[in-house]
Amino acid sequence: MSPFPARPAPGDQPVLVAGGISDSHTWNLVYLQLLLEEHGHRVVNLGPCVPEDLLIAEALAHRPALIVVSSVNGHGYHDGMRTVTRLREHPGLAAVPAVIGGKLGIAGPCGADEVAALRAAGYDAVFDDSAESVAAFRRMLGTLPQRALV
Amino acid sequence: MTGGGFGAFVRRAHGAGHLVVQPRMGMSSPERMRAGLLATRDAEATTVGTITLDSYTRVGDLESAELAVLEGVALNGYPIVSHVPATTRQVLDGIHGPGFPVQVRHGSAAPQDIFRALTAVGLDASEGGPVSYCLPYGRVPLRESVAHWTASCEGLAALRGAGAEPHLETFGGCVLGQLCPPSLLVAVSVLEALFFHRHGIRSISVSYAQQTDPRQDAEAVAALRGLCARFLPDTEWHVVVYAYMGLYPETEHGAYRLLGKAAELAVTTGSERLIVKTVAESRRIPTVAENIAALEYAAAVAARTPRTPLDATGTQTYAEAAALVNGVLELDDDLGTALLTAFAEGRLDVPYCLHPDNAGFSRSYIAADGRLAWADIGKMPLNGIADVRPAQAVTAAELLDSLSYVRRSFDRRDPEDTRARETARP
Repeated sequence: MSPFPARPAPGDQPVLVAGGISDSHTWNLVYLQLLLEEHGHRVVNLGPCVPEDLLIAEALAHRPALIVVSSVNGHGYHDGMRTVTRLREHPGLAAVPAVIGGKLGIAGPCGADEVAALRAAGYDAVFDDSAESVAAFRRMLGTLPQRALV
Repeated sequence: MTGGGFGAFVRRAHGAGHLVVQPRMGMSSPERMRAGLLATRDAEATTVGTITLDSYTRVGDLESAELAVLEGVALNGYPIVSHVPATTRQVLDGIHGPGFPVQVRHGSAAPQDIFRALTAVGLDASEGGPVSYCLPYGRVPLRESVAHWTASCEGLAALRGAGAEPHLETFGGCVLGQLCPPSLLVAVSVLEALFFHRHGIRSISVSYAQQTDPRQDAEAVAALRGLCARFLPDTEWHVVVYAYMGLYPETEHGAYRLLGKAAELAVTTGSERLIVKTVAESRRIPTVAENIAALEYAAAVAARTPRTPLDATGTQTYAEAAALVNGVLELDDDLGTALLTAFAEGRLDVPYCLHPDNAGFSRSYIAADGRLAWADIGKMPLNGIADVRPAQAVTAAELLDSLSYVRRSFDRRDPEDTRARETARP
């Protein structure tokens, strides 16, 4: 396993991994880092409780191939809406691919309306924490254009 | 020492032969919070109450917590700083007292606002710690967390006298939730208890979270008790066991079996209190009814389990934990400074922890016999003490496999244990 936090080589577009604004969980982030690295991506793991300003600053600094927001504390929907709204408002970050996943509500998985709202706010994909969603996430990784040559 | 506080209640219950059981429960609605406390008090068990705070309050984002209160958005806990004191007093009215103490559970590396809010409504029991509420779970630098916790402990300790004996519980025994070898959990729990003591707190509980192997867990709690007996004079202390904090079983029978094992661990080791988990844990935040069912089940298992504590010393867990604690204490007379140096030098090093103030050299794994072991001790003073299997690269699938080890083991059907559960249920 690579040491944390991993830093990408210059000129190489990493994947940015971030916990929800108020979410202190980290095993999900460690798992995502390993999964992404195994798919050939370099990872910048921002850790838990990532505020919008930090995510925006890191996204501007790294120009990531993908931003992955992961949350399991039940605030994922509300935190995720705030994050992506701020991100998409920022000049230069309107088109960076961004996805969110995990346990996103306090009463279980998000409903179709909430998933649609998250997509409308700017996420390219929304995943729950099921095995099917992990498989779908992996399929999506395979379609990303930017992969490190390893 | 007076008889009215959280610690005194737990001590009395233990003296009467009862394990105190406690939920992790918090709702943003005052009415629902009050109903949850009432149901906890009235459960068929010896209980204490919990007000678990929401994540916004935990990270100090009080603006978001306030907005949620104004807009009626449901949070994952009770925003005690954002509700006016009169509201929280109404939540507690006629419920909180010597016969039913209430603990505020939060998770903050900067808990001053939280401590002010809970003392303003007459509460004096909380939990956390300068290390355990900083390193694995947030972005606050360890140096700032130590300063915040110093001020917070001293503020809380100022309540002593006039009948109050404020209580703090270490969260150090739960660091990472899972896959942290027990000796490091015990060491951090002991060091945080010592930190509380040096800043004036005289009623303390030390936590330990159930891990992967019952025998190793029993050794760990024995080691924790042995070290507390040695290091905590003039202190009213007890041990609180947490039902497994990692990926919880998804089946009802698995969830109850694991909770039952946690209750057995608590009682056999002579521990005084247990934090329960519920059947809903793997899916969402549990309902009040699910919490009550878990409390009553744990109490029933506890009532039929004898106390059979192990000798504290003489185990590998004790040797490792004592080496870690001593390795920190010898660094500086000021424990806060010693903790900062310990992490800076990697003498304490939490495996898989993403925080920049953690060295990040250590790694752990689940051995073939189910015990948690070190794959790499980094620079921790465990040479010649810990059995170390050289670290190998871990794949995402292997990590998930390890994280799911307990869930998988307990979801597997075991007819004998299921029968035991059925007869124990009220």
